[in-house]
This record gives sequence, structure tokens and C-alpha cells, in this order.
Amino acid sequence: MRRAERVERVGPSGIRRFFELAEEREDVISLGVGEPDFAAPWAAREAAIASLEAGRTSYTANRGLRELRDEIADHVTRYGFSYDPSEEVLVTTGVSEAVDVALRAFVDPGDLVAVAQPAYISYEPGVVFAGGEVLPVPTREEEAFTLTYDALERAGAGEASVLMLCYPNNPTGAVMDRGEIEEVARFAREHDLLVLSDEIYADLTYEGEHASIAACEGMRERTIVFNGFSKAYAMTGLRLGYALGPPSGIAAMNRVHQYAMLSAPTTAQYAALAALRDCGDDVREMVGAFDRRRHYMLARFSEMGLSCFEAKGAFYLFPEVPGDDDAFAEGLLEEQGVAVVPGSVFGEGGAGHLRVSYATGMASLREAADRIEAYLQGR
Amino acid sequence: MDASRKLLEALRENARTESENLARQLGMSQEEVEDGIATLEDEGIVRGYQAIVDWERTDQERAQAAVELNVTLDRETGYEEIAMRIARFPQVTDLRLVSGDFDFLMQVEADTVREISRFVSEKVAPVPEVTQTVTHFVMDTYKERGIELRDGHDDDRLSVSP
Repeated sequence: MRRAERVERVGPSGIRRFFELAEEREDVISLGVGEPDFAAPWAAREAAIASLEAGRTSYTANRGLRELRDEIADHVTRYGFSYDPSEEVLVTTGVSEAVDVALRAFVDPGDLVAVAQPAYISYEPGVVFAGGEVLPVPTREEEAFTLTYDALERAGAGEASVLMLCYPNNPTGAVMDRGEIEEVARFAREHDLLVLSDEIYADLTYEGEHASIAACEGMRERTIVFNGFSKAYAMTGLRLGYALGPPSGIAAMNRVHQYAMLSAPTTAQYAALAALRDCGDDVREMVGAFDRRRHYMLARFSEMGLSCFEAKGAFYLFPEVPGDDDAFAEGLLEEQGVAVVPGSVFGEGGAGHLRVSYATGMASLREAADRIEAYLQGR
Repeated sequence: MDASRKLLEALRENARTESENLARQLGMSQEEVEDGIATLEDEGIVRGYQAIVDWERTDQERAQAAVELNVTLDRETGYEEIAMRIARFPQVTDLRLVSGDFDFLMQVEADTVREISRFVSEKVAPVPEVTQTVTHFVMDTYKERGIELRDGHDDDRLSVSP
């Protein structure tokens, strides 16, 4: 069958190969998962069930249930900004849809989209599907994987029309503080960039406060913020996210969204409403557990002599490994049955590292760390 | 969150975690963890460590009951005095003063239902201040102190995902 050229341009994901390798074995401990090991808080699940029992199975407004948008607008004030629920909030089918819709709404064929790398694997294909060109902006471990004014300049990001970033970051776990994000904001203002800021891991910031670029001076009008319920509320399978932005930006996104998706799943929207209203304690408990695991794995990597950047957000560590990361990860899976993701899958700046997710139980983490140690000693 | 609170939460999750691993999890030194636990024990904040047992999986007989108690008070005898008298019985595993239709909620354990019945009728009911007992025998336990006793489903997440 003839396939569109842009589909041909996007190869299979590098993660896919490891997924298939891991599936072939039975005794695998997976540290390759990008989702919490917790179930969604019971109050959210209960609200989803209740909404089905009440027969709430119709479409909602394109932009999402009004009461959910109200609740979202109220919730996000904690990040230092406020959005009008009637015009500046769009509820989407996960952040994945929000990213896709935004790229299609703001990128014209041939437009350059600067992507801070290492980056979540879907950004680049999203740009290609929208007809744009990716301009990689590598970040470096020496700079704590933060995006800097210099890095943007070196990469020629001033030529781009859109800048895509994600802090706290998947896969490095890096976070950017207020001062650092201000520098990126300055670059965006000076070069008239639209910023797409994926902040899905905002609530998983272990040290300091989450700093959003949209809260910087003069940035609200040129930024779309993405967030959702998958990570902090452990609701990956419910597929619910949202976008925040100025009315003209959200209206543009809604134009794509209303034809592509009509509205986000109704059941998930009721679950999300309950999550925001009633599940703060569940989130705090999960974040506490992630933080303990983060400390544990950082200590173990240090003890086994693997240099590991001290991630302060999300639920990933990004240790440096000797030699080729792809070969290291494959060997680790084959010899010790531990699945991780090679850093090079996430683009420039990722090579020579592994993405290790600690979103798994302490007993498994301990066993996995023992096996990684054994693998290193046997090399 | 202060260090002792973090320590308490970690111990509540799994009190058997070695101090070495607790230190790694909490970003403390092993000495700090050991000293912290010793202090919590000395101050009577941590009162003990117990296993959570699913008796259904053993071939042991074990009977449990929740007993509602009503009492009368007088000038000399308050809730505290009555509670301390009843709490000393080894069959009583938990005793709480509660609001509502009765005064105390008591958990009782013994090898047989008959032993519990005898304990309540012969030891608790005759306490002069106790005016009424209502015994609810436990038929099955699904969750105890935050731990579910029935198996959940396995981790069915994708083994590698974005």
C-alpha cells in the first residue's frame, strides 16, 4: 500500500526494539517503563465508575467538561499563573494529543521546530507528521541537562518558529529553576519563538518548586503549557491531558481537536475531576514513594561506580555507561534480564546513557540494582 | 518533611527494611537512620513491629471479633481507668474510645470462637462499669493496616514504554 512520505520518514521507535526483546524473556525486571506502578487513586476510579453508572456516556463540550476546566484553572494557579477556563483551557486525550494538536495548529510545512534534547520520543515524529523540520538543541550533562541561552544560540534555534521543551524532563529527570527558565524565556522573546512546554511531570519535582516558562514575564502570550493526569495521578490508561494558553492559541488547537477527537473521553474527565478535587493526599504519597526510590537508586549507582546525574524530577535516572549505550542495554537485558532504555533513543545528548525508570516497587528495584552491579562486574 | 517523619513513613511501609537501605532511600547516613530509629523507640513513638498475618492461608485456627462496649462512668472512674483495666487482657489486640452509639471498640483474638465468647461473657461483661457488649465475629479479612490480604493482579504494564 502506498504510504505518505511523512510516515515513511518516521522510523519505528527505538524503544520498540527493547520492548520486543524484553517480551521474549520471562524473568525480566523492567526499568523501562514510563508510567507509575501505582493504580489511579481510588476516588478517581470510583468517579469513573459512577459516571458510567449514571449513564454519562455522551460527548462533552469540545474543550472539555466546564467543571473540569474550572477545576484545572484553579489547580494550575500553584504554578504562578492563571488561565480563564472558558477560553484558555483545552482538555485533550492525554498530553500526547495536546502535543500533536499544537504542532498541527502552529507548524506550517517547512517550519523549523527546535526540540531540546534528549527528548520524549514522540516530539520528533509529531513535528514530522505536522510537516515541520526538527532542529535538535542538545543539552549537556555538564549543564545538568538544562536548556541554556548558549545552547539555543549554538544550535541556531533563532531560525525556528517553535521551541519544544519538557521540564522536569523525560528521560533525564532534569528540572530547571526559575533563573534558568528565565534565560530560555529571554531567548524566546528575542527570537519571537512560540514555546510548547510539556509540564506533565510538574508535580514530580522533588527539590524546589516547579518553574513554568509561561509564568515568566512576557511569555504567557507565546506559550502553550501541557499537563495531564498520567504521571502524578497514575492515570496513564485513562488518557487525559490539557493545554493552557492564550485564547487565540487554544482556539487554534481546538479547531484541530474538534475535528480529530471531538472531545476527550467523558469517563476519564469525571475521573480527572475527582482526582483534582479529592486525590491530593494520594499524589503526595506516590511522590514520597518515588522520592525514596530516587534516593535509593542514586545511592546504588554511586556505590557501583556509575556516574549518574542527580535527577530532581520525573521518575527517571540517566546514568552514564561505559561504551555504546545501545550495546550496554542489550547486554544487560540478555545477560541479567533487566530492561532499560538506551539514552541515544532520545536524541542528541542522550548517547552514552541509560534511561532507568524507578517507577517500580522497592523489591524489584533492589533486585535490578544487584543485577546491574553483577553485569558491570562481569564486563 | 522532617527526617523523623520520613523515617516513620518508610517504617510504616516496611519495618523490616535494613538500615542500610533505609539510608539510601531517605538520603541519610546509616548512622542517622539507626540513631533516628533508636530515638523514635526510646521516645515511645515507635511502639513495636509486627507481621501482618493472613490466617486464612495457614492451617491454624484463629478467631477474631470486634466488640462494641458501653460503659457508665462515676466520680472515681473515667474512660481511662476502664480502658486500662480491659486493655490488659491478652485477648484484646486493639481498644479504642470512639464516638457514636457505643463507647469503646475492642478487637479480640483467640484460637476459637468459643474462647472469644467465653472471654467476653466471663471477663469483660462482668467488669462493673460495662453495661453492654455487642460482639461481631470476623468472618473474613480483606485488608489489615493498609495491606490487602487478597492477591491483586500482576504488573501488566508494557515492559518498555515511552
